[in-house]
Amino acid sequence: MSETRRIAVEDLDNIVIRFAGDSGDGMQLTGMQFTDTSAILGNDISTLPDFPAEIRAPAGSLAGVSGFQVNFSNFDIRTPGDAPTALVVMNPAALKTNLSDLDTGGILIANEDAFTPDNLRQAGYAANPLEDGGLKAYRLYKVPITKLVDNALKESPLTFRQKERCKNFFALGLAYWMFSRPLESTLKWIKEKFKKNPDMADANVRALNAGFYYGETTESFEVRYQVRKAKIAPGTYRKITGNEAMALGLLCAAEKAGTHLFMAGYPITPASDILHELAKHRKFGVKTFQAEDEISAIGAAIGAAFGGALAVTASSGPGIALKGEAIGLAIMLELPLVICDVQRGGPSTGLPTKTEQADLLQAICGRNSESPLAVIAPATPGECFDMAFEAFRIATKYMTPVMILSDGYLANGAEPWAVRKLEDLPEIPVVHPTRTNGDGAFLPYKRDPRTLARPWAIPGTPGLEHRIGGIEKADVTGNVSYDPDNHEHMVRTRQAKVDGIAADIPALEIFGSPSGGDLLVLGWGSTYGAIASAVEQARQDGMDVSAAHLRYMNPFPENLGDVLKSFGRVLIPEMNLGQLRMLVRARFLVDAMGLNKVKGQPFKIKEIFQKILDLRPKSLAAGRRAAVA
Amino acid sequence: MATETATPPALTKKDFIAGQDVRWCPGCGDYAILSTAQGVLPKLGIARENIVVISGIGCSSRFPYYVNTYGFHSIHGRAPTFATGLKLARPDLSIWIVTGDGDGLSIGGNHLIHILRRNVDCTILLFNNRIYGLTKGQCSPTSEMNKKTKSTPLGSIDYPVNPISLALAAEATFIARTLDTDPKHMGKILLQAAQHKGTSFVEIFQNCIIFNDKAFESVSDKTTRPDNAIYLEHGQPLVYGKDGHRAIRLNGWKPEPVTFDGAVPPDGVPVHDETAEDPSWAYLLSRMDHQEGFPVPMGVFRRVHRDTYEDLMTRQIDEARKKLGPDDLQNLLTGEDTWTVSQ
Repeated sequence: MSETRRIAVEDLDNIVIRFAGDSGDGMQLTGMQFTDTSAILGNDISTLPDFPAEIRAPAGSLAGVSGFQVNFSNFDIRTPGDAPTALVVMNPAALKTNLSDLDTGGILIANEDAFTPDNLRQAGYAANPLEDGGLKAYRLYKVPITKLVDNALKESPLTFRQKERCKNFFALGLAYWMFSRPLESTLKWIKEKFKKNPDMADANVRALNAGFYYGETTESFEVRYQVRKAKIAPGTYRKITGNEAMALGLLCAAEKAGTHLFMAGYPITPASDILHELAKHRKFGVKTFQAEDEISAIGAAIGAAFGGALAVTASSGPGIALKGEAIGLAIMLELPLVICDVQRGGPSTGLPTKTEQADLLQAICGRNSESPLAVIAPATPGECFDMAFEAFRIATKYMTPVMILSDGYLANGAEPWAVRKLEDLPEIPVVHPTRTNGDGAFLPYKRDPRTLARPWAIPGTPGLEHRIGGIEKADVTGNVSYDPDNHEHMVRTRQAKVDGIAADIPALEIFGSPSGGDLLVLGWGSTYGAIASAVEQARQDGMDVSAAHLRYMNPFPENLGDVLKSFGRVLIPEMNLGQLRMLVRARFLVDAMGLNKVKGQPFKIKEIFQKILDLRPKSLAAGRRAAVA
Repeated sequence: MATETATPPALTKKDFIAGQDVRWCPGCGDYAILSTAQGVLPKLGIARENIVVISGIGCSSRFPYYVNTYGFHSIHGRAPTFATGLKLARPDLSIWIVTGDGDGLSIGGNHLIHILRRNVDCTILLFNNRIYGLTKGQCSPTSEMNKKTKSTPLGSIDYPVNPISLALAAEATFIARTLDTDPKHMGKILLQAAQHKGTSFVEIFQNCIIFNDKAFESVSDKTTRPDNAIYLEHGQPLVYGKDGHRAIRLNGWKPEPVTFDGAVPPDGVPVHDETAEDPSWAYLLSRMDHQEGFPVPMGVFRRVHRDTYEDLMTRQIDEARKKLGPDDLQNLLTGEDTWTVSQ
């Protein structure tokens, strides 16, 4: 970088870059490296990995395209961005599947070496789009990446195939140059990752540098961009994905409960990473168990909970369906248990790697008979930490299963996360009785009158030997009972216990007009970013629109009914066909409207904003606009 | 199950009888099994509070309600899953699983295979009555071919499974068979099973007096048993019969029943080795009861040592814990790459 050309550097508030290529091209890795570097630089970040379920679909095919989008900014952002500012495509299929998202005038970087007749045919192009003038609307940069990498690696002992695999680092290097990012973080990563393969490390470093220098030295690029540090709350930050945050939250809950974590799972996308993450942490006493199936996983978790562990199982929709009967048992046994449902497109196998929010009704109702449990839903990747912790607080205090509804978008998406201090986290009080509670006898279903929780007596405690099971039992004694009145009493008691949690959770907050107004946009789960951004924009434009976001799905916050009634109209955007809307209508007789999207993709801000526009909200009084900030 | 706890002051059979009325049909084989198990438990030297009995669904699965320990009556077929989780969370506990041929081999077949291969330390009692009793008489995975039941009025067209062969294929470390009408033998087998470290699998022939009476008549009847059953004894030749005049000889890998004078077994009569690492021998024995003219083997087929699942996990945790530093959890939360935003 000795002879630096004089190139204009343009300041931007945020940039959205999308890397797209074959699933074998390493686009996820490229995107994550770009994200890490940007996060360490102090930008706010939000990511959207988007990959096929097939590990290696046929090379060059449309089905095999894998993409990673990252939004980085100098202000507080909540979504990975509606549309890329810059699109990097490694082959024709990636161009074909991604171009429609690129705005006119957007930056398009293409590996022209991959635009071979065979690849063009697979992508369905009759002529080479890089050559036929069809891309005039974009700022197209054709880069012979494959050739340049081959040149850069002339002296490398690697095979041609191995060298070819370094081309994602070239693309990354070029992106680093174009968006004024330093190489250090990625250089460090390469050295660590390829510690045992110095030739590969060296080749990747060369490819990365070659990409950077290519931007620096060729005349093709007339401008670079930079995004300065974001003005976010002071503190120490790290990058975190939803699945990482979930795993850490579970781990910290066990620490704060003074016991050990037991996690049982069965491999399923997109939940497996929770098991992977926790399996690394045996030194904290975590017991992870990869079961033979989903049923076994929850069975083992329930068994561990009976023994006094903080027990959790994690899965996705189809796996949760399999666990249904055992969840019912946990409800009957009234044992603390956390169930993570990382939702994906369905029904059945559906879209394993794509996101959806269509398990809400399954979570709340998906079992035989009257089987209430607590259901909570994080709104951002970082919130998965808080909700995992909260799940164990509720589960142990109320002796109930708690389901956490995450989804593929939260699970794999990343954002900056203000690092929590262990000492700031509250204790989770766990009590295992050691003495009898009724005239020398132990009564396993004698409840705490306040929480209606039964005592969590565990095996190994002398004198408290008792038997529990899935058959209905007499209140207080827990003996098998087929008495009609007792059954009704127990059904109502289990419901009352879960309903009672409402008094122990935060009230629903309103963003916008706290005392009500024309339009309320009510959301839950991962739609938070798009809804909050769209509503903020609408208010800035003077529309009487507010937002509220539910984190507690069952029971609902106690003030939800009042909030709904304080607005003239309610819009509920969901990545399903209207499941929250159905619950809200049934519970509160509020004629809520839906905005429903089931494409396996998160909402864009503009989609929600457009819907708000279509509803023609009243104007905000000038004075109330100030309430936005 | 080698749970190390202070020996409680002389527990007796009475200590393991729970107050609830036992609700099996009069004459059911389950009574004998319950009584025998209650007799074996005090011999283990394990405090009552450290014993957990876990069951699934079916007649046999009512068992936990009648034993005065911790008990867990779960859902159909899944008892091994709860047991596995409990044992991993609490390796200090002594765990018993009570299941049946429907619960353990049909709906719960998968879990049975996997608990056996993992060698989770527990004792599994599989009550085999070759019928679904609680649901009132449908054929089960161990029902014989052509059996006419409510669900198979024209005769069952299911080939039955052999529980012992299945357990062997799943690499179980302790496999035995006994029967409800021989409580003395049952007591001996249950004690051995409980003392084995690892998953112990015991098939118990159990008569369902209502829906499948006399299913095991040839061996349950004292008078016909000697000629129809062979009691496996470690280190003893395969000799059986009322007067000990019968034996099983091996012709290559093919067993043949032979008769002799009862003094010295003829050449080719093998000596039973329950500790043989190779399961082929036990498998050969397990196939005899399906063959015409062969006795049904009773006793311990296989007893070998292998590390238990919970011990392996505990070892991993102990090893990992040696590297645990004081601030490691905070360091994990903080992660490797952080940045600080100042005022």
